[in-house]
Amino acid sequence: MNDGLTDLYQEVILDHSRNPRNFGAAEEADRSARGNNPLCGDRVTVFLSLDGEEISEAQFDARGCAISLASASMMTEMIKGKSIEEAKALFEKFHALVTGENGIGAGPDLAELETLSGVKDFPTRIKCATLAWHAMIAALDGTDEDVKTE
Amino acid sequence: MATNPDNALRSPGFDVERVRQDFPILSEEVYGKPLVYFDSGASAQKPRAVIDAISTVYETEYANVHRGVHYMSQKATDAMEAARETVRAFINARDIREVIFVRGATEGINLVASSWGRQNLSEGDEIILSVMEHHSNIVPWQLVAEQTGAQLKVVPISDDGALDMDAYAALISDKTKIVAITHVSNALGTIVSVEEIIRIAHEKDVPVLLDGCQAAPHMALDMQALDVDFYVFSGHKIYGPSGIGVLYGKAELLEAMPPYHGGGEMIDVVTFEKTTYADLPFKFEAGTPHISGIIGMGAAIDYINALGLKNIAAYEHDLLEYGTAKLSEINSLRIIGTASAKAAILSFVLETVHPHDVGTILDREGIAVRTGHHCAQPVMDRFDIAATIRASIGMYNTREEIDSLVAGLGRVQEIFG
Ligand SMILES: Cc1ncc(COP(=O)(O)O)c(C=O)c1O
Repeated sequence: MNDGLTDLYQEVILDHSRNPRNFGAAEEADRSARGNNPLCGDRVTVFLSLDGEEISEAQFDARGCAISLASASMMTEMIKGKSIEEAKALFEKFHALVTGENGIGAGPDLAELETLSGVKDFPTRIKCATLAWHAMIAALDGTDEDVKTE
Repeated sequence: MATNPDNALRSPGFDVERVRQDFPILSEEVYGKPLVYFDSGASAQKPRAVIDAISTVYETEYANVHRGVHYMSQKATDAMEAARETVRAFINARDIREVIFVRGATEGINLVASSWGRQNLSEGDEIILSVMEHHSNIVPWQLVAEQTGAQLKVVPISDDGALDMDAYAALISDKTKIVAITHVSNALGTIVSVEEIIRIAHEKDVPVLLDGCQAAPHMALDMQALDVDFYVFSGHKIYGPSGIGVLYGKAELLEAMPPYHGGGEMIDVVTFEKTTYADLPFKFEAGTPHISGIIGMGAAIDYINALGLKNIAAYEHDLLEYGTAKLSEINSLRIIGTASAKAAILSFVLETVHPHDVGTILDREGIAVRTGHHCAQPVMDRFDIAATIRASIGMYNTREEIDSLVAGLGRVQEIFG
């Protein structure tokens, strides 16, 4: 049956959602920001530590669906060791991937994040995939307010 | 969906297959599968009679109301006022002056909180709500509480979702100025013992507002027998159009209240020095109303009356019991809201799969359920969950559709392993 569900819920994604990496609050982090999805009541907090311009630590704490947990988990793995600029560029490209917008081509390698491309066929789930990313950007920008998905 | 003779046998007095034919949308397909609509609690689908009534307004009887000498204006006014009488009879209000048209339950509650609240509440007064209110019966009271210094008191529920009546009785005091409680919980399906709520409040001369959004589609309403002070519901949940709803209020209360919105229609004489207001119900109906919506809502009530709310309720109750039994067979599934008195709402969670993921998978099977907090975050917190999956049953649902839901949940387990 090809209704997109098996693309959406690939084994890698299910694995990340069951065993999220870098999971848990990091009280000693330099920066943190919270994201809320008022639509489903999901919450994520992203914790970052910086070494100059480089993200040295990334962790998250969340209550959410498989898509949002997997996305957050992969994100923390991917941005660790990247510069602020690189992390932002990664978000741009990831955003294009899950929204199905043009312009994925050049730019950073999405690696495992590519497995989330199935989200583009489920418009109501795009916010799940991007929630932690918005929180990550807010943490980098030092915005105090909670990020909302709408 | 194929005609199933069993359905007629199980529910004498209610022919669901015929009812289904009255709802054009039910023959739509979703991702190549028949639409299975279990989201009537959020908004019900519309029968042909309602759709036709709305077109008829625009095709044969449309003009502004209450303000024209011409033929069409009179015709539209008559149709709108006939709908008001239909609503009055539907809820057995004493007088059509007690039937105020509003945009929906939300506006009705805001109207009372704002107009009645600002006139009657002050520092130290208390407003009693329950923990299972929809946000629209929480936030308007918070707003007026902030303005007046009044406080909210919250009645708890027990683990099955029943309102804690002892706690309620204990919360009522000389400080209590109003009780605002849902008749049926949209998140849990609990039917509240509103007769008891009202009796206890009235012993202390405290007025009661009931949020009837989830009651009106499922049970006969009688304002006079209930002796309730304010009652609200929305047209779109009783198979009528959205953007229209009803605030019922006892005439003596409404008369004493200041207008909510100012504008046309609600005035008697306007000068820059002083304006006098129109009589009820127009005092609370500023501006051009949702004319076709009112008439469409009247048609929805006519449709319900023709089938008989008793028959609808009996049929839905059978489905609720069937659905409860079927869902209970699934090991990792927990029903949230198991009170003995329940309307046709099945809220549940799966142990290992988030409701949002369940909703997406069911959607691809053509099954529409609501997932999330159902605009009732405090009750989600009460059960320490973020969200549930809610299958809310309408008069057109069938046992076969419950079976489809159960099969869909099987697919969820398959995907999530
Ligand atoms: C119990 C309850 N109260 C209030 C509302 C708000 O109704 P509306 O959005 O039609 O104003 C709803 C609808 O979701 C409801 O279920």
